[in-house]
Amino acid sequence: MPSWDEKRAGEIIDAHKAMEGATLPILHAVQDAFGFITDRAIEMIADALNLSRAEVHGVVSFYHDFRRAPAGPHVIRLCRAEACQAMGADKLAQQMRETLGVDWHGTTTDGRVTLEPVFCLGLCSCAPAAMLDGKVMGRVDHAKLTAATLTGSTRVKA
Amino acid sequence: MTVRIFIPSDAAAVALGADEVAAAMAREAVARGVNLTIIRTGSYGLTWLEPLVDVETAIGRVAYGPVNPTDVAGLFDAKFFEGGAHPLSVGRIDDHPFMKSQIRHTFSRCGRIDPLSLADYRGAGGLRGLAQAVKLGPDATLAAVTESGLRGRGGAGFPTGIKWKTVKDAKADLKYIVCNADEGDSGTFSDRMIMEGDPFAVIEGMVIAGLATGATRGYIYIRSEYPGAVACMTRAIQIARTDGLLGVAFDMDVRVGAGAYICGEETSLLESLEGRRGQVRAKPPLPAHAGLFGKPTAVNNVITLASVPAILAEGADKYKSLGTGRSLGTIPIQLAGNVKYAGLYEAPFGMTLGQLVMDIGGGTESGRPVRAVQVGGPLGAYFPVSLFDTPFDYEAFAGLGGLIGHAGVVVFDDTVDLARQARFAMEFCAIESCGKCTPCRIGSVRGQEVIDRILKGVEVDKHIALLEDLCSTLKLGSLCALGGFVPFPVLSALTHFPEDFRARPRSLADVA
Repeated sequence: MPSWDEKRAGEIIDAHKAMEGATLPILHAVQDAFGFITDRAIEMIADALNLSRAEVHGVVSFYHDFRRAPAGPHVIRLCRAEACQAMGADKLAQQMRETLGVDWHGTTTDGRVTLEPVFCLGLCSCAPAAMLDGKVMGRVDHAKLTAATLTGSTRVKA
Repeated sequence: MTVRIFIPSDAAAVALGADEVAAAMAREAVARGVNLTIIRTGSYGLTWLEPLVDVETAIGRVAYGPVNPTDVAGLFDAKFFEGGAHPLSVGRIDDHPFMKSQIRHTFSRCGRIDPLSLADYRGAGGLRGLAQAVKLGPDATLAAVTESGLRGRGGAGFPTGIKWKTVKDAKADLKYIVCNADEGDSGTFSDRMIMEGDPFAVIEGMVIAGLATGATRGYIYIRSEYPGAVACMTRAIQIARTDGLLGVAFDMDVRVGAGAYICGEETSLLESLEGRRGQVRAKPPLPAHAGLFGKPTAVNNVITLASVPAILAEGADKYKSLGTGRSLGTIPIQLAGNVKYAGLYEAPFGMTLGQLVMDIGGGTESGRPVRAVQVGGPLGAYFPVSLFDTPFDYEAFAGLGGLIGHAGVVVFDDTVDLARQARFAMEFCAIESCGKCTPCRIGSVRGQEVIDRILKGVEVDKHIALLEDLCSTLKLGSLCALGGFVPFPVLSALTHFPEDFRARPRSLADVA
């Protein structure tokens, strides 16, 4: 993920600011580019859209997707919703939290893996489901998910 | 001669390895000098057979599944590309009992065609509905949709024709059609499947909605958890624009949500589209009068809009001849969770819950007895097996303190603890509450705490009475369906599974 670049951020904002209701598209684009939303990005977006910084901060903090700090290079999103619960998602979540040594939204001590909860990936007919670095996975279990995380050259506590 | 084979790019198929199978098929075909064309499609919805490889043969499409990359060499040995016999063969897909017993009105093309080929779409009956709408004109198009009895498939079940008429009658310089593709309910995936498998049906439905209401601009608001659907709809819109289907009388764009369940509520969705926190608006004004940017707006669910083209093409009479009572037409039911034959099953309203779960779904995947079924997502009621004779229609479910919602059916076996499920409903409501109204924002947290005390065995009777009282406050005092409906899972668990709340003293460790 490239580090913060104010010029690039300005270009992204300019490219989207004429859209109707541009705040979310801009925030998505900025986060896609830099991995999270910096204080400076909030200022710049507020200026471009003629909003207060508080308003933009309010939007950023409302939506689960937007981050104010970078995630690890690998992100596991594990579904916590009912269809996955019916197939053992609670136990799987417990196992993954123990394996990674983190709670929800936490990043492993080596900084490589972030564990996020998600409420439904629409993969309810092949539960439990997960998403690893954007790749969807169905009928996952602890072994499969740990192995997939390891192939991402990630060190996970045994 | 080139053989055409079809492998889904649907997210569920991909989650089960469809991309790897497609790659292995392509490699093997080259290695063996077999002339294959691999077409990526949507999914038929028989998820337990995914990745499903469908082969075009003289006797129709012949399917094989579930295929692993390691099965590929064996399939070539068996000449699967000529429909050869193989242990993974499921025969002609149209003869499969799960397919054969469906009436696929909305999903007729899903799984069959290349989702991004407008030529395929036309060839399979696409755009006939729009042609008919153009011929009929706005008034008669609106009348046909009203006459068909189509109701909002997002969950509320509001008559689509009446909503459209309200927008049509509103006077404004600009009107919008907004497609709600923020399908956040657990156990539902029909919106995702149609967006990935037949996106032009959604676009055609929106163009027809524009024609009927006088709206010229549209948005489809897709949740960020569906990157495949976002990519497919975005590409389909570009193709439709190049073709002239969009960009002349009506144009539309994709907008992506940001992980807030509440944005599936229509006014919250509109706030989000306008670039703000997804907080619910008080009604009135109705979005049909003052919606997106204050303009008259029809907010319709994906399946509602995707059902419209075929209603116009085949006539309102045919559609309303299906179904029961005031629930007319077909409903794509999603069988999910702990169920043997999980997937998408489109049928007229009126089948019983038991038929769906036991006969179509085959009972649980775990092989244990079914204990509870949650219908309609996280805000839907839990039904016990004793209510399996309930017909699948809006009024029957409402009459039992439940809802069909977006028609997701989540099956649980006898290991489920309904008190914990009730607690989860409150926890979910607390996490996802937009915070605008007090009953939902505070009540959900208090509800979680009260259930924790019940789980610990602390003054159980008193706390159950308190929980019921709290549910009544949430139901009557919340601004929208999140706080208003969270009592459904909680109260249904209490009513139908009281033993889970009272039976055993629990240790603190049991309460997560």
